[in-house]
Amino acid sequence: MLLNILINGLIVGGMYALLAVGFALIFSVARILNMAHTAFYMVSAYVIYIGSSMLHLSLFPSIVMAIFVTVILGILCFYLFFDRVKEHEFTVMIIAVALASAFQEILLLIFGGTIRAIPPLAEGFYDIGGTNVSYQHIFAFLLSALILIVLWIVLSKTKLGSAIRAVAQDSEIANLMGISVRRVYVTVMGISVGLAAVSAAVMGPIYMISPMMWGQPLVIVLAAVVLGGEGSIGGAVIAAFILGYAESIVVFMVPGGAFLGGAASMAVMVLVLLVKPEGLFGVLFEEERL
Amino acid sequence: MKGYLFLMYRWFHGEVLSIPGRVIALIFFICLFLFPLLTQEPYYLRIVTLTIIFAIFAASWDVLAGYAGQLNLGHGLFFGMAAYTAAFINIQLHWPPLITIPIGAIAGVLVGLIVGIPALRLRGMYLALVTLSFPLIMLGMVFVFSDFTGGELGLFGVSVFSPSRVVSYYVIAIVFTICIFIMYKFTDAGSKHLRIGVILHALREDEIAARTSGIDTIRYKLLAFAVSGFFAGIAGGLYTHYLRVAGPSTLELLFSFNVLLWTIFGGLGTIYGAVAGVFILYPLTEVLSLFELGEKIRYLVLAVVLIFTLLYMPEGIAVWVLDKIEVRCPRCKLVNVFWRKRCRSCRADLYPEKTKMRELL
Repeated sequence: MLLNILINGLIVGGMYALLAVGFALIFSVARILNMAHTAFYMVSAYVIYIGSSMLHLSLFPSIVMAIFVTVILGILCFYLFFDRVKEHEFTVMIIAVALASAFQEILLLIFGGTIRAIPPLAEGFYDIGGTNVSYQHIFAFLLSALILIVLWIVLSKTKLGSAIRAVAQDSEIANLMGISVRRVYVTVMGISVGLAAVSAAVMGPIYMISPMMWGQPLVIVLAAVVLGGEGSIGGAVIAAFILGYAESIVVFMVPGGAFLGGAASMAVMVLVLLVKPEGLFGVLFEEERL
Repeated sequence: MKGYLFLMYRWFHGEVLSIPGRVIALIFFICLFLFPLLTQEPYYLRIVTLTIIFAIFAASWDVLAGYAGQLNLGHGLFFGMAAYTAAFINIQLHWPPLITIPIGAIAGVLVGLIVGIPALRLRGMYLALVTLSFPLIMLGMVFVFSDFTGGELGLFGVSVFSPSRVVSYYVIAIVFTICIFIMYKFTDAGSKHLRIGVILHALREDEIAARTSGIDTIRYKLLAFAVSGFFAGIAGGLYTHYLRVAGPSTLELLFSFNVLLWTIFGGLGTIYGAVAGVFILYPLTEVLSLFELGEKIRYLVLAVVLIFTLLYMPEGIAVWVLDKIEVRCPRCKLVNVFWRKRCRSCRADLYPEKTKMRELL
């Protein structure tokens, strides 16, 4: 039981972290509350499905195709919609929700509401201390960890990374220092949507895909970002793991817990925020304390 | 007698007929009350009735988010809890809607206060997310305690206002008129009798400045939550007694998002904007579903309309329209119709820049 919770929490947390990081990145850099983030994840999952089940490609090329298509779609959305109304934060949020529901409706029109499955990258089980863990789960965790580490290196060691961090801290000053803020925004949007696309490749075979699949992970992602603290990407990762563990503890320990999985992570978030209103790793400015 | 009538007419002419926005509101309410005389088709009556209920709901969200600045993403919680309370009491105790709806509204107030207390410490996006999480927690509870709540199917067999659809329509329309009037007056910043509208504006614009001016921000925030919960509760009670069921769909994420979409489409921070948003968007989706093609693409159409409206009118459609047809006198701040060249009261030039341009040319 304990081992079950440990392993499951780790895997679920890793997947949530992958999604949450992309969302936190675009939010902290461009102040865009991209509620369509998980909709891009859904689009990517469908492109993988098209590639693997309809065009009969093998899985790897279809994943590459999905990442490519989704990133282009994301950058297009940035130029067409988000870039124009960046100043109004609420409007950006509503447009993102509308975009997400537009994607949902288009997919519903094309594929119908039926639930579909993506074939896993690797089949079979591995036995860890009496717990069967499928290869897909192990693969999901390893890939999430790898991507998070790569992202961390990019952000902290490269020139692009320092540009991104500079824009996140103060876009006007960054602009004065000769960084093209707009180009950084576009790059970050691309990276963020690309991360969503990769998570589709990781999570798609584990959860079924349907045009409604964006709602549930969106809530978790929002919770992780808030819990981690506004603008803190590391915080979002840690918060995603906390939420993953909270969910798997409830699912395994409480009868009827499958219904309460989402509710449990929400409750954890509310409790933490009541104790520490700025999130776990957020910065509280003195003038904001009331 | 004749003198009084004349005075009343003068008041009416000055305060209503000369202001385009109020003329539109008057025409709107007249149409609302004449609608059942026009058609008694159950399908149309049902659409309009639901539109009215959602308009109360959207306006109550606007009081909280648009005026007090507390962005509540889980407004469905107030609505849903009131609906469940009213339905539960009605089914168990067989009390009539006249009693259950106020009880539902009180439940809405209580829920509003419970949500409002954490809101005192949080702001901006954190507040939005915490409020978003409450209906989802409640939704989990509804499925776990399905003996009480009916689970997926919800509580059904709630009594109706009256067997006649038209009577139900009029009951709901009257409640709507009263609620909207109260909410409009409550939030009116220019009111001579109530301070609350101005205080809520101050709270939204700059909380710290409001505090330093001696406004008890905590009290007014909680008041905004309670009032908003009250009206959302009334809407929830009306909804459950009209549809005769209280289901978990009211607690879902999309239901709460709908309110946001309607209100921001109409215009945030204006009660009439919320009403206009609902009265444009909700019937649009319902009418589209009459056609076979429309049924499939109605939410797509809704999303596209919303995106393009917001790209070109980020303030919302009602604010945009009013901005076009009303012009405020630069000297005495009185509202005039756009085709007047001089103010109706002080004869000041309404478009000084234009006149100057013309003189230059």
